[in-house]
Amino acid sequence: MATDYSLDDLENWNERIIQLVQRFGLDPYDQEFEICDHEDMLSYMVYSGMPSHYPHWSYGKSFEKLKTLYDYGISGLPYEMVINSNPSIAYLMRDNSLALQVLTIAHVYGHNDFFKNNFTFRSTRAEFTIANFKSHANRVRHYVEDPSIGLERVESVVDAAHALSLQCRRNLAVRKPTAAEERQRKIEEAKLPDDPFHAVHRRRQVAEPDLQKVPLYPDQDLLLFIRDHNPLLAEWEKDLLTIVHEEAQYFIPQIETKIMNEGWASFWHKRILENLDLPQGLHLEFLVRHTQVLRPAPGSINPYHVGMKIWEDIEKRWQNPSAAEEKEFGPRKKSANEKLFEVREVERDSSFLRRYLTEDLLRELNLFEYKNQGNQQVVSHVADDDNWQHIKDTLIRNVGTGTIPVIKVVDADYRNNRTLLLQHDHDGRDLQLEYAEKTLQYVQQLWGHDVAMETVNDNQRAILELSDRKLAVKKSA
Amino acid sequence: MSTIFRPYNSSSGQRSDRSAGDRLRHRQKVREAIRNNIADIIAEESIIGKDHNRIIKVPIRGVKEYRFIYGDNAPGVGEGGDGDPKPGDVVGQGEEGKAGQQAGNRPGVDYYETDVSLDELIDLMFEDLELPDLERKRLRKIEFERLIRQKGYRRKGIRVRLDKKRTALSRVKRKKAMQRRQSARPQANPELVQLERFPFHRDDLRYHHTVTDTREESNAVVLCIMDTSGSMDTMKKYLSRSFFFLLYQFISTRYQNVEIVFIAHHTEAKEVTEDEFFHKGESGGTMISSGYIKALEIIEQRYHPALWNVYVFHCSDGDNFESDNPATLKAAQELAKAANLFGYGEIKPLGSGYYGSSLISFFSQIQEPNFLAVQIQKKEDVWSSFKTFLTKDRAKEDAA
Repeated sequence: MATDYSLDDLENWNERIIQLVQRFGLDPYDQEFEICDHEDMLSYMVYSGMPSHYPHWSYGKSFEKLKTLYDYGISGLPYEMVINSNPSIAYLMRDNSLALQVLTIAHVYGHNDFFKNNFTFRSTRAEFTIANFKSHANRVRHYVEDPSIGLERVESVVDAAHALSLQCRRNLAVRKPTAAEERQRKIEEAKLPDDPFHAVHRRRQVAEPDLQKVPLYPDQDLLLFIRDHNPLLAEWEKDLLTIVHEEAQYFIPQIETKIMNEGWASFWHKRILENLDLPQGLHLEFLVRHTQVLRPAPGSINPYHVGMKIWEDIEKRWQNPSAAEEKEFGPRKKSANEKLFEVREVERDSSFLRRYLTEDLLRELNLFEYKNQGNQQVVSHVADDDNWQHIKDTLIRNVGTGTIPVIKVVDADYRNNRTLLLQHDHDGRDLQLEYAEKTLQYVQQLWGHDVAMETVNDNQRAILELSDRKLAVKKSA
Repeated sequence: MSTIFRPYNSSSGQRSDRSAGDRLRHRQKVREAIRNNIADIIAEESIIGKDHNRIIKVPIRGVKEYRFIYGDNAPGVGEGGDGDPKPGDVVGQGEEGKAGQQAGNRPGVDYYETDVSLDELIDLMFEDLELPDLERKRLRKIEFERLIRQKGYRRKGIRVRLDKKRTALSRVKRKKAMQRRQSARPQANPELVQLERFPFHRDDLRYHHTVTDTREESNAVVLCIMDTSGSMDTMKKYLSRSFFFLLYQFISTRYQNVEIVFIAHHTEAKEVTEDEFFHKGESGGTMISSGYIKALEIIEQRYHPALWNVYVFHCSDGDNFESDNPATLKAAQELAKAANLFGYGEIKPLGSGYYGSSLISFFSQIQEPNFLAVQIQKKEDVWSSFKTFLTKDRAKEDAA
């Protein structure tokens, strides 16, 4: 299929975009663009854009699903796909028009800058991304081909590990304490505080901490905990758990910053293209495409739209603060640009929304909260004086990793029979029990002993247990 | 910073379909999942009486990826766009209505649909049965065909079977052999070297050899008898139809040479077409003997037990007209004698109340070992009773 542009065109436009990128102060990694067709794009989507990825049937499943949706015209393909690596790699669809390619290139630099500078991505070690995924793929393939292991057994472990992969720590900027540090902390906690009046006070008893307990502090990294505390796992099984865990960790920052990241890239592609002196034909097409991507998605949240609105709002409020803001916060100490770049570095979706989604903006976006009633979603609150804060809270809990229940290992020897006790931090949202049953089965499979989970169901404390692979819910008042 | 553009590489040698392996594995899992839920699937009304190449949507479980997720009481937030949402407005139809959006954070309906052709499904069904010896050899063998076919060559034979090509060939061979002998010892027979003609000899003649072949062929006829009386309500008819449907599919996939006769009866019986059998409703009283007598008639006229393997299956709700019972019993005994297997399925949906005598207890008087009665109470029983019938058949054959 012929394209209406040549590679030279793209390189020329890219040169001009880069000049603007640098003028605006964006600071991206080196960038590689690969031109691909739609089949390649489907594959890259399925394998998270990675040139190399370990095999698993679930990727075949999502390929089929995507392809079906695409073939029937239900959903299009993304214009671009960019991965967080150094150098960053992005894929451009060959059949897209020149205007779309220019828009995409500008958009990609926005993401690239965000990957490099946002604090949540520090833990991902972008320069090793490609090599890591490649090494994971090689290791998994090696286990599959090993006649003493084989596909079936590898698959069964990976299935189980996938079910638990997102049950991991969410803020990776905070270092996980080592076992020795946790032990030290436990001891420090047990020590009595210095009492300046120890002469007159009666001496208090030191409660000796139970240092035998495993884990000392609740542990969110389910896969790692199982890997380190189930002695029956073979080395290859432990390695598979590590691989799945590491991949999940790599994607956590992207989950955590979806709205910010898409908003940031959209904000900058708009600015760049407006300053690019596009010929009129290209400019008109850009406006159409831009509006398509940025239109609100009634009934759900379009991260591009909400994100860009907030970024624009920040810029506006720091450029021309309203009188009320001036009064409340005093004169702005930072320029709008400084503020934008600071926010891009230090926030993630939940904090971004909490700090910068104002009441006015929330009303402008016309946000509402819905609840499930039977098979329908029914509006429960709209953004009026009484409820806007409530809607904001709900939204914050539904972004990033907020949609994943927080589950921790609290005891590896519950009831003294090596039952693994998990605890669900209940925040008003109950677990879906059928999924909990199946997922607990996976935990049991990996742990090798019984499992139990504390949660709240229908406003009652409950312990979920598996007996004969069926879920038993034991409620207590 | 620097930028690299990598051009599109259209040579297929350098491109690979990287997800092919994972897709294959996924399809295997889907197949497995279908097999595990086969009893549920065949109980679905939609597949009954459909033709073979039709693609059907099969809901399957087992290829879902489970995680810990929030349940129904987790609220969400949406953008109102230009609309004006008010509390109480319905904005969505659960996850079903929002295909593709926000996948993963909430459970869809616990079904994953896939397209399978009916043939494929039926293959799976019978894989599930695990009845490996249900092959043609189990049927009574009947000398069926006499074929005359060529097998090898002979030096003697009748004129019409002379094989000219082979004959010419053997002459050439003989000539060559002689020439070689000549050149080895040219003095031995000098006059032969000049020989101009080299005629056919009697030894050159080759004839086709023929053998008569008898192929043993199995003939089977299946008589499906269904009660279509008024007391057979929709549910009962549906259950018996699904049962016959299975049977029909089974027979038509497993045996080449099989005939199927459909008999519908209320107070009187008639032979009907497949389509009528599966789709037409009837009403009236019940005289089961009429169906049996019709079956006996048909067997007598067209499918003599000496030449045919006869299988008879009957589905009814067991609500027979009292005075007809002795005649029914007699006919049933005769049928059991004539048939390889006579199966009776009594459809008694749960909660359908008391319907007078059940024929199952009444039929216990039939002593023939190839008679079998089962009760079908609900959809899920259809598959198991079907299995019972076929395994009974097998047990009998094993004993023989």
